[in-house]
Amino acid sequence: MTARARPVEGRFLSTPIKIMLLLWGLGTVAGLWRFTHGLGAATSMNDGYPWGIWIAFDVVVGTGLASGGYAMALLVYVFNRGKYHPLVRPALVTSFLGYSVAGIAVAFDLGRFWNMWRIPVALSDWNGTSVLLEVALCMMAYTAVLFVEVSPALLERLAATGQDGKAALARAWLPRIERALPFVIAVGLVLPTMHQSSLGSLLLVARTKVHGLWHTGLLPLLFLLTAFAMGYAIIYFESIFSSVAFRRPLETRLLSRLGVFVAGVIAAFLVVRFAGLAASGRLGLLFSSGVHSFFFWAETLLFAAAGWLFLQQRVRAHAPGQLQAALLALFAGSMYRIDAFLTGFNPGQNWIYFPSLPELFVTLGLVATETMAYVWIVKKYPILAGVSVPASRTVPAVAAREGVVS
Amino acid sequence: MGEISRRTALKIVGAAGAAAAVAAPGEAEARVVGQANPEDHGLLVDAVRCVGCRACVTKCKEANGKPPDLRTVAGATYDAPLDLNAQTLTVIKRWAAEKEAGFVKAQCMHCAHPACASVCMMKALHKGEHGVVEYDVSKCVGCRYCQIACPFNVPKFEWASVTPRIVKCELCRHRRKDGKGPACAEVCPRDAVTAGTRGALLAEARRRIAERPGAYQDKIYGETDGGGTNVLYLSPVAFETLGLPELGTEPAPELSETIQDGIYQGFATPLVLLGALSVVTWKNSRSAKTEEER
Repeated sequence: MTARARPVEGRFLSTPIKIMLLLWGLGTVAGLWRFTHGLGAATSMNDGYPWGIWIAFDVVVGTGLASGGYAMALLVYVFNRGKYHPLVRPALVTSFLGYSVAGIAVAFDLGRFWNMWRIPVALSDWNGTSVLLEVALCMMAYTAVLFVEVSPALLERLAATGQDGKAALARAWLPRIERALPFVIAVGLVLPTMHQSSLGSLLLVARTKVHGLWHTGLLPLLFLLTAFAMGYAIIYFESIFSSVAFRRPLETRLLSRLGVFVAGVIAAFLVVRFAGLAASGRLGLLFSSGVHSFFFWAETLLFAAAGWLFLQQRVRAHAPGQLQAALLALFAGSMYRIDAFLTGFNPGQNWIYFPSLPELFVTLGLVATETMAYVWIVKKYPILAGVSVPASRTVPAVAAREGVVS
Repeated sequence: MGEISRRTALKIVGAAGAAAAVAAPGEAEARVVGQANPEDHGLLVDAVRCVGCRACVTKCKEANGKPPDLRTVAGATYDAPLDLNAQTLTVIKRWAAEKEAGFVKAQCMHCAHPACASVCMMKALHKGEHGVVEYDVSKCVGCRYCQIACPFNVPKFEWASVTPRIVKCELCRHRRKDGKGPACAEVCPRDAVTAGTRGALLAEARRRIAERPGAYQDKIYGETDGGGTNVLYLSPVAFETLGLPELGTEPAPELSETIQDGIYQGFATPLVLLGALSVVTWKNSRSAKTEEER
């Protein structure tokens, strides 16, 4: 197995991709409906629930799931665990795609989206107390940083296969970017630290609306910890998924050593959460809040189960256990974030919210788009390590059929 | 008509304040942000006096060019908004306690330290002249964080529009140039809505409580609630019965602002973090390189 990243190659249009194209189509139609008929016609959002799944799932959960690049950069470049290096590039690609998709979702969600350009430009209007402004600026900047972090992969391909002029340009830029990379990586660590915690801070102001099991001054810390938990979990998921989908060797051993670390992050989340509830005298809510208590315990038990499975990787590393642990952690983190923004959010006055079909179509369409983009990129660009060179390239097709293997 | 009504008197007080503020715009800027100012313009809503005639609702729509909120019941059509909404900046609601029942008006509270303005990304919602919480549509991106933040659920969004705006009471600031105050107060037949400066309204509220102590709760909602509001309420029953939330004296955005300030320290924390991480990543990338060369 080689640690060098290579394009996977192969045909793009498989059956799963066709299904995703269909979802993309549905999402596009729903999106057109939203832009021509307005948010009221296309969504279930209302004055009580002004934020629906486009914010709670596409942005808040989506960027949590896109924290792989952040989590891996921290591990490899700060804690200097170079052995995990093969996991960094795919993580950065999914992070870049996740943040891009979140940006598109925001454009769907903003009522006056054509004013969006003002956010990074109209400096004199910046409101220093707006958590959302900080989140918006950080996410825009971080998406750009992720692009720079991913760009060596694009340039490497261009340098190898591009036309002369482009190849020369790529060869000239590669060392420049490599030189700047330590600083770019540092920026790419600070920005998500800021906005992933601030996603939690967004809810601090809604003291009367967010349920006591979720509203706490510790929201920024809890959101940061879920970003780590979801970030590392998505690395597991992605590694195993791409092994199965693209027939490359599993990275079970490499992932197993990471397990203790992820378990630690999850334990920290649970400790901080319970300590916060105890400190504010809200432990009673754990059993007295009906459906909210149920969701709280679902999150907690999912996290605890994930943590336990991650810890087990130390004793006996095996891919199915890793996949289970990762899925549980991803589900737990997503649920925590959805609950804080929607399930645990109650504006009073009998307002209700459940996503409409167009809302679901847009969200599914965006997820499909992201997945298709990932598959296309890893097939075309050197992202994944340990990819075996396809047989069709090493052995002439005719020779292979006749059993002549050189 | 020998006597000048209190309403007229308060209007004069308010107009004088307005004139002073127009003459000295620097004064308005020098005000302490987030603190209730006795010179700010506001309303006094008296749930003891209100009889639910809805003249304020109709006049408000007229003054602000808002269409009626039509509802057809058994073949007959009514302009009957059920709550504040994209067409309705003020509404009269029925409340009922154990023995009593009555009516109360709702509209923007014009907080001293408004959550909507605190969270607004581009200052589309902001504290304007005379403490009025103003909306500038040209800066609004339609994110609706104001709706999440407002503990009174006041800002409303034009969901039906392709070019939606945030809609809320701005204390008829567009009528100021004609020397007029809030339209709702102008038409109220029972002085249940009174316009004036916050200081004058507080004095009037105290006078009413002192005059009929049995009829009123001994509290003026908004005097300190949520850090103080420029719209003040008097009530015969607990204020929660009127639908006013229990907020304590802390302004709604206080916790959020304190925690963010505490973490960010005027952006020093991110810069220090960036500096430290740059050194670490640079060192680590060098050691990784020498390893590779070896």
